[in-house]
Amino acid sequence: MSAWTEMVFILVVVLDFFLLASSRLKAVIRAAAAQGALLAVLPLLLASHAAELGHVLALSVGALVVKGVVIPWLLLWAIREAAIRREVEPIVGFIPSLILGGLGVALAFAFSSAMPLPTPEKHDFIVPTALSTVWTGLLLVVSRRKAVSQVIGFLVLENGVFVFGLLLSDFMPTMVEAGVLLDLFAAVFVMGIVMFHINREFSSLDTEKLSALKD
Amino acid sequence: MFFVILAPLALAAVAFAGPSQARRPLALLAGAVLHLGGVAVLWVTRPGPALGGWLELDPLARIVLPMTSALFCVCAVYAQGYLKRRPDRDNRVFVGGLLVLLSAMTVVTLSQHLGLLWVAIELTTLSTAPLIYFDKTARSLEAAWKYLLVCSLGIALALLGTFFLALAGAGPGGPRSLLLGDLTRAGAALSSPWVRAGFVFLLVGYGTKMGLAPLHSWKPDAYGEAPGVLGALLSGGVTSVGFVALARVLQVCSAAGEAPFARDALVGIGLLSMALAAVFMIGQRDFKRMLAYSSVEHMGILTLGLGLGGAAASGAMFHTVNNGLTKGVLFLTAGNLHRSYGSKRVDDVRGAARRLPVSGPLFLAGFLAVTGSPPFGPFFSEFSILNGALGGGRWVVGALYLAFLSIIFVGMGATVLKVVLGDPAGAPEVKAHGDSWLTAGPPLFLMAVVLLLGLFLPRELASLFDAAAARVGG
Repeated sequence: MSAWTEMVFILVVVLDFFLLASSRLKAVIRAAAAQGALLAVLPLLLASHAAELGHVLALSVGALVVKGVVIPWLLLWAIREAAIRREVEPIVGFIPSLILGGLGVALAFAFSSAMPLPTPEKHDFIVPTALSTVWTGLLLVVSRRKAVSQVIGFLVLENGVFVFGLLLSDFMPTMVEAGVLLDLFAAVFVMGIVMFHINREFSSLDTEKLSALKD
Repeated sequence: MFFVILAPLALAAVAFAGPSQARRPLALLAGAVLHLGGVAVLWVTRPGPALGGWLELDPLARIVLPMTSALFCVCAVYAQGYLKRRPDRDNRVFVGGLLVLLSAMTVVTLSQHLGLLWVAIELTTLSTAPLIYFDKTARSLEAAWKYLLVCSLGIALALLGTFFLALAGAGPGGPRSLLLGDLTRAGAALSSPWVRAGFVFLLVGYGTKMGLAPLHSWKPDAYGEAPGVLGALLSGGVTSVGFVALARVLQVCSAAGEAPFARDALVGIGLLSMALAAVFMIGQRDFKRMLAYSSVEHMGILTLGLGLGGAAASGAMFHTVNNGLTKGVLFLTAGNLHRSYGSKRVDDVRGAARRLPVSGPLFLAGFLAVTGSPPFGPFFSEFSILNGALGGGRWVVGALYLAFLSIIFVGMGATVLKVVLGDPAGAPEVKAHGDSWLTAGPPLFLMAVVLLLGLFLPRELASLFDAAAARVGG
């Protein structure tokens, strides 16, 4: 069981790197979807008591539906409708992004080994994986030009936060978890609407166009 | 307690479903009045905790909730006049979004559970972002996108910080809970490295929501492009509930014995916000963006007061009320000026006192109040923060605070006087957008309340501020 769990964590981090290095928008969306779907497996693999099975199942299915299916579908639909060019158009190049990403992973491991984990029964890889993914998300948001890429960055960041939440799954109220997922969905939905307007207004999703306001 | 949360939501549903463009603003008014009534009942009856302790009307909520509710009610009256003048714009999303915002803000102030608090804060972002785009211009679109993205990122980091705090209490013997009461009772049992890390992330997250420097980048754009009503509610309401969130986090840090670290960070970021606001306020050519920097400044004052603790924290509680109401005056009158001149550039707008005999002078009075001139309320709250700083022996902090306040007074004054005084002849004009009862009355009323708070502060209110300050470990 543990070998499987480790495998999933490693795959999540590998996907982080893939997201930073990929130049094709569709591939990036699919990678983010794959990451979301992988995360949905984690609550099941990490469940320690049979008693919390219902809660764990709900969390897993919720994550799969929101992160793995609905949001990626929404984004794919958006780029098809907007008929935008399929390249990612980075502000920071792919190689520097990868180097920064690698640095982030190293720092995440350093941070988590410096912090005593109050719950030793939990898997050691949770904290570094979570922080690496949060860092990847932040990098994607600030280093990519297209609005869609920025939304994907936000999604990846939320994936990282979700992984961290697994440390707390046995006492986090279901209502809060549901609220978090629902908020994520609503956020991407609202972002989608704004993107739709950006595309109509500027005939592009390039956020460089959004630079009229400054001091 | 559920009434004040659910009534606005129900009316929001009515607004989204209702077909009538002309009658929809009435739903806004109804929601505001019901909410204000409900809050008044709560204030008097002081019910105990509800929903298993998740919601409670603690002293901080007793301060911020009535302020937000009153501000919202005044804005709802103003919106009746404002939306009547903009019949061309579909107001479905606008009215519905504002009512959802009211409900979300109520949950934030009442929430004693850090998870629920987070969900509600995120909802305040989502319900207001589409409203910034009310004017449907490229510039307002840009502002909405920036606001949505920056605040969502900040809020995501705040969630991580919330999880850190939860983890801090997850060890053997820890509370394993995100209820404020459980966490503060656990005290030293919380793992202090995780509390510290959690505080950093939460300060960044909720600091973004409040618009503290250097996390304020969304603020000038959003306030500059949003309608005046929304600006008033963002700068008086949403940022104030962001402050509530930060105060709750500080409560946990103080209980865990991490107060010195957290307080120093708050004082630092508060002074930085004031400094940055001073820099950008001087020579600002756009009077709505100027108000945004004023909001950055006042959020800095609030965190500074919170960080200093004691008498200063009590002053910060008072200042939350003063700032919220005065920002209402400023944004509503600025909206009137903008509408009447069709411009918000200082180069175009002059002689507002003559063209708009109520809004013009009110804009000036609002400026005097917000910069801390006697006898308005903010003078007393800003003064007690200074007193707290000097009384605590923080001479350098006190001196910097005074210096920034005076620079801002001069910088903001130059812009405001240019707008209000002079001869309006030759300035651009949009006919039929002069003062009316519905658009000039509401800010006038708010101004009167701000003046009253300066002239006469009931003893009960003063002790409420002290009680709220004591909760954050003042």
